[in-house]
Formats: sequence, structure tokens, C-alpha cells
Amino acid sequence: MKPRHRRLAWILAGLIALSVATALVLNAFRSNLVFFFTPSEVAQGKAPTGRVFRIGGLVGDGSVQREGTTVRFTVTDNVHTIAVTYTGILPDLFKEGRGVVAQGLVLSDGSFQAREVLAKHDENYMPPEAAEALKRAGHPIGAPDQFKQKPAKP
Amino acid sequence: MIAEVGHFALALSLALSVILAVLPMAGTFMRPSGTARAFTDTARPIAAVLFSLVLLAFLCLSALFVGNDFTVSLVATHSNLSLPIAYRVAATWGSHEGSMLLWVLMLTGWTAAVAAFSASLPHVLRTRILSVMGGITIGFLMFLLFTSNPFERLIPPPADGRDLNPLLQDPGMVFHPPLLYMGYVGLAVAFAFAVAGLIGGRFDAVWARWARPWTTVAWAFLTLGIALGSFWAYYELGWGGWWFWDPVENASFMPWLVATALIHSLAVTEKRGAFRSWTVLLAILGFSLSLLGTFLVRSGVLTSVHAFATDPARGVFILIFLAVVIGGSLLLYAWRAPALGSGSGFALISRESMLLANNVVLVVAMAAVLLGTLYPLALDTLGMGKISVGPPYFEAVFYPLMAPAMFLMAVGPLTRWKQAPLPDIARRLRWALAVAIAAALLQPLTTDAGFRPLAASGLAFGLWIAAGVVVAMLDMLKAPDGRVRASRARLHPASVWGMQLAHLGVAIFVIGVTLVKSSESEREVQLAPGQSIEVGGWRVEFKDLRTVTGPNYDAMRGRFELRRQSDAANTPPRAVLLPEKRVYRAQRMPMTEAAIDRSLWRDVYVSMGEPLTGNDWAIRVHVKPFVNWIWLGCVLMALGGFVAIADRRYRRRLAARDAVSANAPQVAGGLAPR
Repeated sequence: MKPRHRRLAWILAGLIALSVATALVLNAFRSNLVFFFTPSEVAQGKAPTGRVFRIGGLVGDGSVQREGTTVRFTVTDNVHTIAVTYTGILPDLFKEGRGVVAQGLVLSDGSFQAREVLAKHDENYMPPEAAEALKRAGHPIGAPDQFKQKPAKP
Repeated sequence: MIAEVGHFALALSLALSVILAVLPMAGTFMRPSGTARAFTDTARPIAAVLFSLVLLAFLCLSALFVGNDFTVSLVATHSNLSLPIAYRVAATWGSHEGSMLLWVLMLTGWTAAVAAFSASLPHVLRTRILSVMGGITIGFLMFLLFTSNPFERLIPPPADGRDLNPLLQDPGMVFHPPLLYMGYVGLAVAFAFAVAGLIGGRFDAVWARWARPWTTVAWAFLTLGIALGSFWAYYELGWGGWWFWDPVENASFMPWLVATALIHSLAVTEKRGAFRSWTVLLAILGFSLSLLGTFLVRSGVLTSVHAFATDPARGVFILIFLAVVIGGSLLLYAWRAPALGSGSGFALISRESMLLANNVVLVVAMAAVLLGTLYPLALDTLGMGKISVGPPYFEAVFYPLMAPAMFLMAVGPLTRWKQAPLPDIARRLRWALAVAIAAALLQPLTTDAGFRPLAASGLAFGLWIAAGVVVAMLDMLKAPDGRVRASRARLHPASVWGMQLAHLGVAIFVIGVTLVKSSESEREVQLAPGQSIEVGGWRVEFKDLRTVTGPNYDAMRGRFELRRQSDAANTPPRAVLLPEKRVYRAQRMPMTEAAIDRSLWRDVYVSMGEPLTGNDWAIRVHVKPFVNWIWLGCVLMALGGFVAIADRRYRRRLAARDAVSANAPQVAGGLAPR
């Protein structure tokens, strides 16, 4: 092989390696995207079954029930409400009436099994997904002021 | 009064930074004359005064916090009468405005450092570097003064302040932001070197030798800053994670990946004169990612502990600044890069090609992180729905991408520049290979889960790198008669020892990550005083619970005794752990304080969830083998960086001047070809 051919072969090998890396990245990316749905969308059957996704909204008032480390509560966008179960320790700022985001799966009985519950460390903080759920449901009530919809411009 | 002094100092420094960016730079383009010299000579004194003024502003803000002057809006919202004094000092940078002031302080600090410690540089290059730094300072000072003034007054003042976010009331807050910013902003120096070099159109081995120590220092600080952030999150957030692939973490990790590529590419440019355009591009990319990180964290597009406030005007400002800096420098690059020329060629098996592979891997990895970080934001901004990309994506992508880099890490340092014989490398690494294979085969001993291919390969890579370092070090100490003598250590430059140390740090990091991932155990249970649970060979007994009153919080403190599972019940405990559940009074905010029994081999980590029925609590216990190796590895990497810049050749003034004309590959210093 001439040096020029050899160099060409190596450049080709490099390009192939790079394409493999790109394919790997894009494939992992596609299969690890976690989509977000509001309680209303889940109630309308828009959410996938058998795939992990996120829901967001407010923790239903008076809905939290504990049984050992298993917790049952509801997540609502003030139109529809979903029952959620979670086993484990909840974040410090999890509270009834506050915004929450949960990631998990819908079970066959229609309830949501959370694998992760997220709440952030700021008392005024509303998870953007939770605010979005209230907004999409057209009921941004109960959300802190800054998340209330601005009046539509004429 | 203090606030006005601080504000005035900032306004004055804005004026000075404009002069620094314009006057000396103009001087470098004039025909050599007394006036030109007078113009360029202003750069160094201005840099020093600029730093002093920003330091004064910073001290003013600190004084306001220490004195709890609630007539200043920032103090009223981020401090409290009962906040301990150390955290009042740290609260200076515990807010958006304060942390931007810290950023500017670091930037002008680096500028002053370049002015003070660059006597070996040609006058014109040095002047231009300082001017470019001045230009960057203009942008940040304008941002500070016009969108985020830390000295704004609040009339009438409240009786008490709203307190610092309890999460930030930790010693980590005192050290993490300054260290991280030292690194983040330090990349501006590498950027200024690149831009000044582009303007002058000169990039050669000598330029690279000047740029190298600055880049290495910035990289070492960045490494420490990120590691400290991870260490802090691990003990503070209460659930035992040490890296979350959170967009804010990614924002600091992307510049790190590029800076790592840059210090390797600079090595090639210094030793062989090759990769010039690439090195310049990496320097621009590194600082651009630094700015992008600032945009992500400061504009409010992300919500996290780090994003203190949201204000669209700030986001737009940083975005424009980002466009000007990146666009401007890339235009300059496109215009001047063709004139840079290329260095000497090299064979496929050579140090150059190994470092090229290292660079490709690091940049591809950075691109993968960038995709996972920006894609959800882009979709959201375009109104195409909300998605999130979690740790599974980054983990699935990162490990396979890094595998070739880890393999080459042992090979590269043993490979000669220009051309290397493959059989010789294979012969020298045969013991390292044996060690790596043995580690993979012995992996089932580290866990109860049996043979796990991922863990086995991780261990193999870790030991492969470590063994490669040992082989290289023994080679360096071997006398011509074949005996190893420690006295031969001084025959090799500090930069090579630094490199070996940093690589050893990577090995320790990889081993730590592998063992934590493969053999950690965790349980979350309901537990009452008197009961105990067993996790990963340890028994944790919940003894009692009492209330504790802190300076600005009330807490429930549990007492847990730690014994091995095999210990008899009446043996004295090996450790007593005291986790707390705190409620901070000012913000009524609950906080979990985990208790950790640390050792080099494992951590036992206990944190309290919430009270359940009666005296029962939800308790979380982790056993994390080798978790401290993760941060130990990072500290070694940074230490390697500091050792490397101690190299004498960076300090040889006259030698450097002599070498200006000689654009030949440098053989003296560094791992010379054998």
C-alpha cells in the first residue's frame, strides 16, 4: 500500500468510528427521552403505556396517605386527578397543595407508579412542568402569582 | 455610604475596562513610536487598578453583608440577623448579583495576574492579551451594572432579612463557587491568548509554551471546583448521589472536557508545532462553553439551586454577549487561521495521533453532553412540548465514548513523538495488560451480584491506566545500567511528573466510580428508636431522637450506632452517626442533614426522611464502597496540573526570548524522544 492509500484507509476508519459514535449517541438519546404529560392528558389516554414519562401538577389537598415508606397521593391540574403511589423517601419540600413532578409508569388500573418524585429547594418554587400542567388545563389557579396567565393582548 | 462606594467603584472600573480594551490595542497597531509605546504601556497599570477597584466593590458588598445592612436590597433578601458570620461572608456570592460580581472579580484578577506574571512574553502579544481581557470585562461589568446591580437600595428597610437559602448554608458554599469560577473564568485567559495570537497571526511552539501554564492552572481549578460541587451535593442533598447530569453540572462539565482536550492539544503544539488551528479553535470553544454555561445558569432558562433569579432581560443580554464573543472570535479565526500553517507530519503510531484521538473523543463526548442539555430547552422554547433527558442517556453514552480514551491513556505517554514502533509499546505494556485482565476476572469478588461485564471492564480500565502510569514512571527512573534509581527523578521535567500524577488520578476516579456503581447498597425503611437495619454487611441501630436548637434553625437529631453485621450486639459501636432534620426559622424550610461515617474503603450514609406514625421515621441508609476515591482522583488530577506548571521551562525568560526565532520542535524538556 502506498502511504497515500494507507492514510486514506485510516481516515476512512476514523470516519466510521465517528459515525458509530454518532449512531450510539442518537440511539441512546431517542430511547431515553422522557416526555411530559399533564393529568388531563393522562386521563384522555394520551400518555404511553409501558414507557416511563413525567406528570406534573399540584399534590391534592388531604390526599397523602402513608403506609410505612409507601405513600399514596394524587396529582391534579384542577381538572383531572391521578392517583400516584411511591415507595421511598419524599423530598423535603413535598407538601399538599404544592407543585410536584413525578416520573414513572401507568399501571393497568390506571394509577401512576412513581419511581422518582421531584420537588426543588425553594419555598416559592413551582416546578415548570407543574405550572405548565395548570396552564394547559386552563386553570392556573392555586399557582403562585408569577405563574398565572397574563391577560391576552387585544 | 458603603454601597455607594462599591457602586461607584464598579462604574469606574467599567470606564477603565473600556480604556484597557481600546487604548493599548490601538497602540499595537501604530507605527513604532513614543506615542505607540505610551499607549501600550498603559495596559499593565490599568489591569492592576481595574482589579483593585473591583476588589474594593467586592469588599464593600461583603462588608454590607457582614454588617447586615438591610437598606441594600440584596442583603435584605439573602441574609438574616441570626445568620452565622461565615455564611454572611459566603452570602456575598450566594445570589445572582453577588455571584456575577465574584465572576468579574475573578476575571479582573486573572487579568492582573497576566499583567504581573508575563514578563517573558513579547510586548505586543502581552498587550493584546490584556486588551482582549479588558474587552471581556466590559461585557460582564455592563451586565452587572445594567441588569444585576448588587448595590441597589431598599427603602424602607425591613426589620429582618429573608435569609440565605438553607441549602447554601454550608462550608461548601465558602469554597465551591470561588474555585469553580477560578477555573471557569481562567479559560478566558486561554481565549485571550488565542485571540491575541490570531490578531498577530503567530502560533508556534513558543506561543503554545506561554499559553500552556495558564490553561493548565485554569483547568486544575475547574477540576477542583467541579469535584467540590459534587462532594457537597453528595452530603448535602441527602440521598447519596454524587453526580446528577443536571444541566447546571453539565454547564461546568462541558468546558472541563474541552479544557482537557486543550491542554493535550497544546502539548502537541508546543512540542511539535502541529495542531495549531485546532488548538486555537479549542481555546475559543472552551471559553464559549464557559459563557454558554453562564447563560444557562444565570438567565433563568433552567431552574435549579444555582439559578437564583429569573429575569428575561438578563438572558437576552448574555445571549447577545455570547453571540458577539463567539461570532467575533470565529470570524477572526476564519480570516486568520489559513495563515497559521501546519506543523511537521507524523506517523499513525505516534504520540501525535494518540493525542488527536484523545481530542476527538473528548470533543465528541462534549457534543453528546451538549445535545442532552440543550435539546429539551430548545423544544421547550419552540413550544414543541416538555421533555427531559435523564442520567440514563448520559450514562449510556458516556462510558462507551470514553472507553477508547481510557485505553489510549496508558499507551500515549509511552509512545514517541512523530513515529513509534508498535511491538516495543506492546512489550512494555504487557504487564499492565495482565493486571487489567486479572482485575476484570476478579471483579465478582467485589460484589455479591456475580460477574458484571460493565463493572469488570471499568476495573480493567482503571487498573490498566494505573499500571501504565507505573510502567512509564519506572522507565523514567531506570538508569542506563537497567537499575531503577529515585535520584533520576530530577532528570525529568515537572510537567511530565504532573501528567503522570493526573493520569493516576483518572485511574483512581475510574476505579471509584466503577465500584460505587456496581456494589453500592441502599435501603429506605420505617424505623423506630431501638430498631436496627442491615445494609451491605453493616448494622445500623436507631438509638434515640432529640430536639436540637441551632443558631437559625430547629432540628430533630437521631442517634444511630454503626456495627458490622458480624459484631456481637454488645460490642462498642464503630461509629455514632447523628443525622438531622432541620427547619430553618426565617424561611420555614425543611432540610435534611445526612450523617456519614467516612473511610477510604466505604462510606456509611444515614439520612432521615420524614416522621411516620408514632416515633417511627423513614430512614435511608447507603453503603458506598470506594466513593471517596472519586474525589481523591479529582484532587490528584488537579494536583498533577499544579505540579506541571512548576516546570522550570515556563520560567526561563531569556531562553524563551532566544527561542522566538527558532520555530523548531522543542526537544529539551518534556518527554524527549528516546
